[in-house]
Amino acid sequence: MLRYILKRALSLVLSLVVASILIFVTIEIVPGDPASYMLGLNAQPDTIENLRRELGLDKTPVARYLSWVGGLVQGDFGTSYTYRTPVADMVADRLMVSLPLALYALLLSTAIAFPVGVLAATRRGSVADWSVMGTTQLGIAIPNFWFALLLVLVFAINLRWFSAGGFPGWEAGFFAGLKALTLPAVALALPQASILSRVMRSSLLDTLDEDYIRTARAKGLSRRQALWRHALRNAMIPVLTILGLQFSFLLAGAIIIENVFFLPGLGRLVFQAITQRDLIVVESVVMLLVFAVVLITFLVDVAYALVDPRLRQQA
Amino acid sequence: MYHNSTRKTASVVALAMAGLLLSGLVAGTAMARTDITIGMQLEPPNLDPTGGAAAAIDEVVYANIFEGLTRFGPDGSVNPSLAASWTVSDDGLAYTFTLQSGVTFHDGSAFDANDVKFSLDRARGEDSTNAQKALFTGITDVTVEDDTTVIVTLAEPNGNLPFNLAWGDAVIVAEESIADAGTAPVGTGPFQFSRWVQGDRIEIVKYDDYWGTEAKLDKAVFKFISEPTAAFAAMLAGDVDAFPVFPAPENLPIFDANPQFQVVIGSTEGETILSTNNKQPPFDNVKVRQALAHAIDRSAIIDGAMFGYGTPIGTHFAPHNPAYVDLTGNSEYDPEKAKALLAEAGFADGFETTLKLPPPSYARRGGEIIAAQLREVGIKTEISNLEWAQWLEQVFRGKDYGLTIVSHTEPMDIGIYARPDYYFQYDNEALQALMTDLTGQTDEAERMETLKQAQTIISEDYVNGYLFQLAKTGVAAAGIVGLWENSPTQANDLTAVYWQ
Repeated sequence: MLRYILKRALSLVLSLVVASILIFVTIEIVPGDPASYMLGLNAQPDTIENLRRELGLDKTPVARYLSWVGGLVQGDFGTSYTYRTPVADMVADRLMVSLPLALYALLLSTAIAFPVGVLAATRRGSVADWSVMGTTQLGIAIPNFWFALLLVLVFAINLRWFSAGGFPGWEAGFFAGLKALTLPAVALALPQASILSRVMRSSLLDTLDEDYIRTARAKGLSRRQALWRHALRNAMIPVLTILGLQFSFLLAGAIIIENVFFLPGLGRLVFQAITQRDLIVVESVVMLLVFAVVLITFLVDVAYALVDPRLRQQA
Repeated sequence: MYHNSTRKTASVVALAMAGLLLSGLVAGTAMARTDITIGMQLEPPNLDPTGGAAAAIDEVVYANIFEGLTRFGPDGSVNPSLAASWTVSDDGLAYTFTLQSGVTFHDGSAFDANDVKFSLDRARGEDSTNAQKALFTGITDVTVEDDTTVIVTLAEPNGNLPFNLAWGDAVIVAEESIADAGTAPVGTGPFQFSRWVQGDRIEIVKYDDYWGTEAKLDKAVFKFISEPTAAFAAMLAGDVDAFPVFPAPENLPIFDANPQFQVVIGSTEGETILSTNNKQPPFDNVKVRQALAHAIDRSAIIDGAMFGYGTPIGTHFAPHNPAYVDLTGNSEYDPEKAKALLAEAGFADGFETTLKLPPPSYARRGGEIIAAQLREVGIKTEISNLEWAQWLEQVFRGKDYGLTIVSHTEPMDIGIYARPDYYFQYDNEALQALMTDLTGQTDEAERMETLKQAQTIISEDYVNGYLFQLAKTGVAAAGIVGLWENSPTQANDLTAVYWQ
C-alpha cells in the first residue's frame, strides 16, 4: 500500500513540474504586453517602459520563470499586475466561492444520482428505468448555461425567490451565501447527476451479471442483500473515477456558470486575467488548478486501493 | 475603449422574448430610496485613475471619490472643481488657480496647494506611469504661492489646460495615501470608498465632511456583470437599479415598453472608425482611401451592428461638439464611384487586405458588414478576430494591418492625426502645423476655426473610414433622476443622483 502511494506521489510531483513549464511557456508565447494593455491607446513609450520596469517585466523569461516557481514552492504566488494585490489573497477570496459551489453541486449530483442509478439498475426494463434513461439523456444534452438561464427566468425574474446572480459574501450569513449559490449549483449539478446516474446504473448492471452475484444469490441471499453486500461495492470504481473527474470539472470548469450568475469565482478571475494579460495571475491560478486536479486524481487512486484490495497487492 | 464582446446573441434574444412576456409581471418598488446599485460590464483592475487607462476606473471614482482642479459637466463643459477660479497671464504662460478652502481628504487630512503640486509633478514626472501623460506636457513648473493658490507655468501658451486638468487622469491625490490608491482610494469627493469585494462589487458611501454640495444618496454599489444575458436578467430581476452602458442594446425596446424602466440614449466621445494603415500600399494612395469611403454604407452598419443606435460622422469629431462640421457628404455611399476610383488608381480588379477586429461588438459585427460591402466593389478582406492585448501588439504598436475598426473614446482627440508615428501612420505637415497653432490659441472663436479646418483636412484626405459616433445606451429604474445622459468622459457621476 505504501509503495503504491509513493509511486502515485512521485507521478504527482512530476506532473506538476511539467505543467509549470508548459503553462509558463504557453502564456509567454501568447502575444500581448500587460503594461501596454493597462495604459491604453494614448500612453507614451517611456510611460510604458516605466510600468514594465515597475512590474518586473524587463527581466528575461528564464529569470521570471525561476522567480515564479521559487515563489510557488514557498507558497508565494506573486503580485497581480493589474490588481496590484497578492495573487494568493485574490485566489483565497475566489476559492471561498468556487470551492463551496463545486462541493454543493457535487453533493446535489451524488444525492440525485445514487438512488436514481440504483433504482434504474434494479428495475431494469421497467417504466422507472425507461423514464430515468430518457430524463438523464435530456439532462446530458441540455447545455448548463441554457438551463441556468431558464432557472434565472423562472426563479429570479418571475417568482423572485432568488437573485439573478451575485454573491453577498459569507459574512452576510451562511444561509444568504448558500441561497446565492443554489441556482448555480442546481445548474451545474443537473448534467453531472445525469451522467453519474447513468454510470451508476450501467456499472451496477455489469456487476449484477457477474458470477459471484449468482453464487451469492444461490447461497440464499435476497436480490437486495446481494446488491448491497456485493454488487454496490464492486460497482464503485467507475463511479469514483467519474466523481473525481466531475469535481475537477466543477472546480475549474464553472467559468460559464460563474458568468451567467456573475459570481466572483476562480473561473471568472482567470477569464478576466487572460483578457487583461495579467500573466502572473493566469499562471498561478492555472498552476493551482492543475495541482487540484492532480491531487484529486491522486486521492481517487488511493480510494481505488481502499475499495479494491487487488490494487494494493499489485503495487 | 475596452468593452466586452457581445456573445451568445441567440440566448440573449431567447431570454429577451421570454422577458417580454414576463416583464408585465415584474413588481417594482420606487420608494424614495437613498441607495443605488449601478451595473457595469467590466470591473476596474484597480482604483487609481492616475495609473491606468481602463475606463472602468473612472466609471467608479471620477467625481465620486476623486476630484481634479476642474471637472467635466454632464454636457462636456469644463467647470471649476477644487479650483474655485483661475486667471491666465497676458502671455498665456502662467495659470493661477485659486483653490477651494475647507477641503479635506477622506482620511481627515486637509487639502491644500501642496497636494496640487504633488499630484501634477507626479503625473508629469520622469517615473510617471500616467496613461495620459501627454495632458501634462508643456507644464514646466508648479509653484505653491500659498495654501490656496497654485501657479502652473507653461513652456508655451496652452488654451487646453483647464480641459486637460478635468480628465480623470489629472485628479488630485495626497502623497500620504497614494501608495494604496489601487485598493483603498482616498480623495476629496462627495463619496468615500467603503469596500471592494473583488469580482463582485465596489461600495462607496457618502462623505459627511464634503466641502461642496452634499450627495443625495447615502450609498452606492457598483456591481460587475460582464455577460450581456446576465445583465439583462439582473435589470429585470431588480438586482441592479441602473446599467448606464447596457451591453445588450438589442433588448432596449423591451425596457422601453415597460413603464418601470427608463431607457437613456445619449452620445459619447467615441468616434468609431475604419482605421486605415496610410503607409501600407495600396492605402498610401488617396484614391484608394476615397474608394473605401464611398464603398461603405454607414446606415447599414449602424442598423446591423448597433441596432440603430449611433450618429453617422464624416470626420474624426463628436457631432455634439459646437465646433463639429458635418462632412458626411464627402463619403456618401456610392459603390459605382468607388469602383471607378479603384480603376483610376489601377485596381480595376480590386485587391486583398487584412481586417483585424478587436472584441467589442461594434467591431466584430460591423466588421462582417464592412467586409461584405467592400467585397461588392472588389476589395477582399481577410478577417481576423483579436483580443485587446493582441490588437495592441499587432495593430497599434506593430502597425501590421491593413484595416481595423476601433472606437476612439478619448474626448477631443483629433490631435492624434498630427502624430505620424500613430498607428494610422498619417503624415501631413499642414495638419501638424494646424494642431501646433491650436495649442497656442486661447481665443474660443479662433480655436473653433482651427478645429473646423482640421476636420475638413482629414475628411478630404480620407485618412480613415469615418463610421459613426458611438451611442451611450443605458437603462435605469423609472424613479432614478440625475444620471448622465451623455458621456463627455467615461464616468458615473453620482453627485446629483436621487430617487423620485
